[in-house]
Amino acid sequence: MDPVMLARIQFALTTIYHFFFVPLTIGLAFMIAIMQTLYAVKKNEIYKKMAKFWGHLFLINFAVGVVTGIIQEFQFGMNWSDYSRFVGDVFGAPLAIEALLAFFMESTFIGLWIFGWDRLPKKVHLASIWLVSIGSMLSGFWILTANSFMQVPVGYEIKNGRAEMVDFLALITNGQLLVEFPHVITGALCTGAFFVAGVSAYNLLKKKHVDFYKKSMNLALIIGLIGSLGAAFSGHAQAQYLVNTQPMKMAAAEGIWEDTPDPAPWSVFAWIDTEKQENKFELNIPYALSYLSYSKFEGSLKGMKTLQAEYEEKYDSIAGEETNYIPPVKTTYWSFRLMVGFGSAMILLSMIGLYLWRKGRLEQSGLFLKILLPAISFPFLGNTFGWVMTEVGRQPWTVFGLMTTADSISPNVSSKSILFSIIMYTVIFTILASVMIYLMVREIKHGPEEHKDEHSTVSIDPFNKAGV
Amino acid sequence: MELSELWFVLVSILFIGFFFLEGFDFGVGMSTRLLARDQKERTVMVNTIGPFWDANEVWLIAGAGSIFAAFPNWYATMFSGYYLLMLTILLSLIVRGVSFEFRRKVDDERWTNVWDWMVFIGSLLPPFLFGVLFTSMLKGMPINEDMNMVARFLDVMNIYSIWSGLTITLLCLLHGLTFLSLKTEGEIRGRSAAMAKKVLLAVYGALVVFVGLSWFMTDIFEVRPFLELMIVVLIVLAYGLSYYFISKRREGMAFTMTGLGIVLTVSAIFVGLFPRVMVSSLNKSFDLTVYNASSGAYSLKVMTIVAVTILPFVLGYSIWSYYVFRKRVSDKEHLTY
Repeated sequence: MDPVMLARIQFALTTIYHFFFVPLTIGLAFMIAIMQTLYAVKKNEIYKKMAKFWGHLFLINFAVGVVTGIIQEFQFGMNWSDYSRFVGDVFGAPLAIEALLAFFMESTFIGLWIFGWDRLPKKVHLASIWLVSIGSMLSGFWILTANSFMQVPVGYEIKNGRAEMVDFLALITNGQLLVEFPHVITGALCTGAFFVAGVSAYNLLKKKHVDFYKKSMNLALIIGLIGSLGAAFSGHAQAQYLVNTQPMKMAAAEGIWEDTPDPAPWSVFAWIDTEKQENKFELNIPYALSYLSYSKFEGSLKGMKTLQAEYEEKYDSIAGEETNYIPPVKTTYWSFRLMVGFGSAMILLSMIGLYLWRKGRLEQSGLFLKILLPAISFPFLGNTFGWVMTEVGRQPWTVFGLMTTADSISPNVSSKSILFSIIMYTVIFTILASVMIYLMVREIKHGPEEHKDEHSTVSIDPFNKAGV
Repeated sequence: MELSELWFVLVSILFIGFFFLEGFDFGVGMSTRLLARDQKERTVMVNTIGPFWDANEVWLIAGAGSIFAAFPNWYATMFSGYYLLMLTILLSLIVRGVSFEFRRKVDDERWTNVWDWMVFIGSLLPPFLFGVLFTSMLKGMPINEDMNMVARFLDVMNIYSIWSGLTITLLCLLHGLTFLSLKTEGEIRGRSAAMAKKVLLAVYGALVVFVGLSWFMTDIFEVRPFLELMIVVLIVLAYGLSYYFISKRREGMAFTMTGLGIVLTVSAIFVGLFPRVMVSSLNKSFDLTVYNASSGAYSLKVMTIVAVTILPFVLGYSIWSYYVFRKRVSDKEHLTY
């Protein structure tokens, strides 16, 4: 099999899998920090219980997130060595800073939080979970700095046959980053919120620990609304940014082959024929795409055919003759729509939930609660499709306009090795996911009661004396 | 000193820190099968490293990230060249990490036992493989003029690299045992010290052969004769002193000395490498060095500012965290893992 395809499959596998855990970590850490803050302020034991119970679920997720994260740091070198040589000067820095600034903080303070319930003063313990939350968001910032460079390269010069950093500030104020970072963080908040909401709904349906899960649900719905609305607004800003910076991705995401009329309609559904480069059937909302792209009811967008011709002119010297600059259109088009669909569903659910909450009818609304359980998957699907659109839509490039995916792989790694590692990862990932879900379900069934603790006796300080 | 040289030092420090810190938690992981008699003892052992292992592992992530940022060519050649070895390290670290969290989530002896085996294997393989990695790099690997390394199995696994891997593994085991005697009480405390004494003899034997093999199979004693010999003398001293302190039951000092031993041994490898980062067995001119593998001056300057600003904080709160959890761990208290 083609090593480029295998390397891509592996990248998709490891990053998508890892990114199930990342947004849940970011979202839940933030919510647990809020719960524990409420405990500190209101002195109500129920908030402590909440922090502990959701904390148990958080840690099961966190463990898998951490270990699958190590792969990310290794795989650029393993599968994409020519890419690493070409961009390391620019791309490596945010990764190293991520480790130094965010991972050390996150991992040290998560240890202090887990083991520190009885050892640390309350305020210090509370600060620990906040630092975990901040650390997880910071780590998102730095990895997105790296990713944004792949979408919209800035702050570099081509020297010695590679991209070299010339402006660090430009990297971290990359327009792409400024729209991508809030979008990812708000998506993560949705992930935490809908997880808490779904689990709470399940227990409210069973009438178990009603007070506990009502409080959890309330917080989840608020964070869910903030997150989903934030994701919509930042997503909109990101799409407008895309129109200017990566028009081909935008055209593919909208299924536009020929230049659109002015004003441009927005496609709700299209039967795309990539062979003939046309859409057989389209369902459009007039004016909408112009409005979405330019915030006014006029303006047209270039189609993929026009852009192909433009890109050939501009990029053939880098990518080679006869390069197809059109990404996989159906994947880009449909993942965009699925992401938007799941995002909109979350806005709607949060609003309905908060409405029912205010009317005091939440517990009686069986149907709504039943929908919230499968809705746990919505943010995960939204996140995944969003990334699929972003990364697949950038093809054939790894770094837009600078390096193609085909030129990025390790020339010295055989297809067999890549295939073997894909199989190994798949096996391990499947086992981990099964165990994790099994443990989470157990923990949820067990509920928020304290685990049986054998209480601690005073132990000896090893630094006090030398001998036994 | 050029910035690229400084970054070689910084990368070395991160990896030395990794071996010193994760070294003892690898050792504790190994002890769960080699020393512990039952599950209760394994639980105590795992909990001694509970709050630390994750942050210790970040030293590896930071080290690898720094190689990527400061020496993209080193990163690219090493990670792609050692593909299957890296894969094995990754898989080991993955199962190890989750096992700590999962091991007592179900109240069933077989469940815990399965994850405890994962802890053991996940603690045994990485130090061995890292030993193989760094020493085979030192001995020289088939790196061509395009900086690409296409290695056969025997290039990676030869007498020198396997022996070095075993040596590093033993050093970690010993370091873990002195950590356990420092962090536990009662029976485990005494038994880990007793076992540490025995392992120390094996460490001595392993190190003598390691130094001998290094003399014949690498050029480190030609490149830096004075420094390397001095390091060897210090290693002998450190482990000699650790034997003394273990016997005197000065556990803090014993742990410090076994840690110093690891620090010195890993330093010997990096000192021997410099100014190369990967030695080519095909042709001297194909060597990757701190000069031809590094990032540009601007990038290194930015990274230097960032690292110098952040590292003191990292060290500060890391040390504080060890201080918070300074008490000995015993099964008389509630154990988290």
